[in-house]
Amino acid sequence: MRPETLHTQAPPFELDTFLEGVWKENPVFVQVLGMCPVLAVSNSVVNSLSMGGATVFVLVMSSAVVSLVRHWVPNQVRIATYIVIIASFVTVTAYLLEAISLDIYNALGAYLPLIVVNCIILGRAEAYASKHPVLPSIVSATGTGLGFILAIFTMGAVREVLGSGSFLGVSLFGPHYEPMTVFILPGGGFFVLGALLLAISWFKERNKRGQA
Amino acid sequence: MTSESLGFVFLNAAIINNFVLSLFLGICPFLGISGKRDTAIRMGIAVMFVMLVSSAAAYGIHHLLLALGAVYLELIAYIAVIAATVQLVEMVIKKFSPALFRALGIFLPLITTNCAILGVALFQTLRDYSFVQSITFAFGSGVGFTIALTIMAGLREELNLADVPSLVKGTALTLMLAGILSLSFMGFGGLGG
Repeated sequence: MRPETLHTQAPPFELDTFLEGVWKENPVFVQVLGMCPVLAVSNSVVNSLSMGGATVFVLVMSSAVVSLVRHWVPNQVRIATYIVIIASFVTVTAYLLEAISLDIYNALGAYLPLIVVNCIILGRAEAYASKHPVLPSIVSATGTGLGFILAIFTMGAVREVLGSGSFLGVSLFGPHYEPMTVFILPGGGFFVLGALLLAISWFKERNKRGQA
Repeated sequence: MTSESLGFVFLNAAIINNFVLSLFLGICPFLGISGKRDTAIRMGIAVMFVMLVSSAAAYGIHHLLLALGAVYLELIAYIAVIAATVQLVEMVIKKFSPALFRALGIFLPLITTNCAILGVALFQTLRDYSFVQSITFAFGSGVGFTIALTIMAGLREELNLADVPSLVKGTALTLMLAGILSLSFMGFGGLGG
């Protein structure tokens, strides 16, 4: 680490840093990171939003702390340090969520502590927060976090609407709708994510062709 | 303590609730390394090994922290132990079997961030397994992970020869395949009652 040289660098334009994480470098759809929670707890909108919220909280807080301590952490033990910082915030989040809503806490189950090994968070810590001052790190983490929420919310919405015929627990199509249960089963998660990735690459391909 | 028989614990972890296909743990290596069959099997064995060691360690930690009344440290302790275990396993293999080390070498560091390993530790705590049950569970999960990875690798090797639209190639297609696999694994649902 050469903090002296990095310190003198002009901070990058922050709106760009922010938007990059949301769409162009979307952690789920573009970088294909952090798939476990996206597939596992996206069977309803409530679950996916609370998972998204918890992850973003951990992401932003740990990015801020990693960025704060970046001058004092020796290079050899940096990954271990980041993991401990992240694990601390995940523990805080788990206890917070347990106090706020026991139902959601139980629905997320073991996937809540598993936020620790979400590669998005460690990726942000290693690739951005360890090299940049606190403010840009927070901005970048928030952008990436919003991108993650966008992805997991889309998954949750598609799966709940198709699989249970409801949105946020409110029935959409009346009592005669036969829900396509496959979409809230594990297999449906793979299908929906595959279809979303397909749609995005089709969209990009079309844009590219339009420009040429 | 649950009274599930060891056979059921094993079957449940390996096939009925397969770690990759129904619990979505270890998706990253599943998507990343499932290109070739022999690497898939090697990765599976490495994961199984680390799972067994870290499961035994996690059992000890859980009871130690319970005795000390410091359960809130559990997550930090687990992740630290897993990282240390991976390092230890790497050193032991390097010392005793250089051939195996060359085969597994590059995969070992990747395993630290494999959610399946932490998943085993968390699930066995959540389900209150005894020591023997925990070990069986870890072994079953490792077998399940290897099965899923190997099947996927086999399918993808075949796919390389197929004429697939360029748009679908890559992650999207792998995910669709995984979906079909996951649905077919649900057929094992009634097994072991």
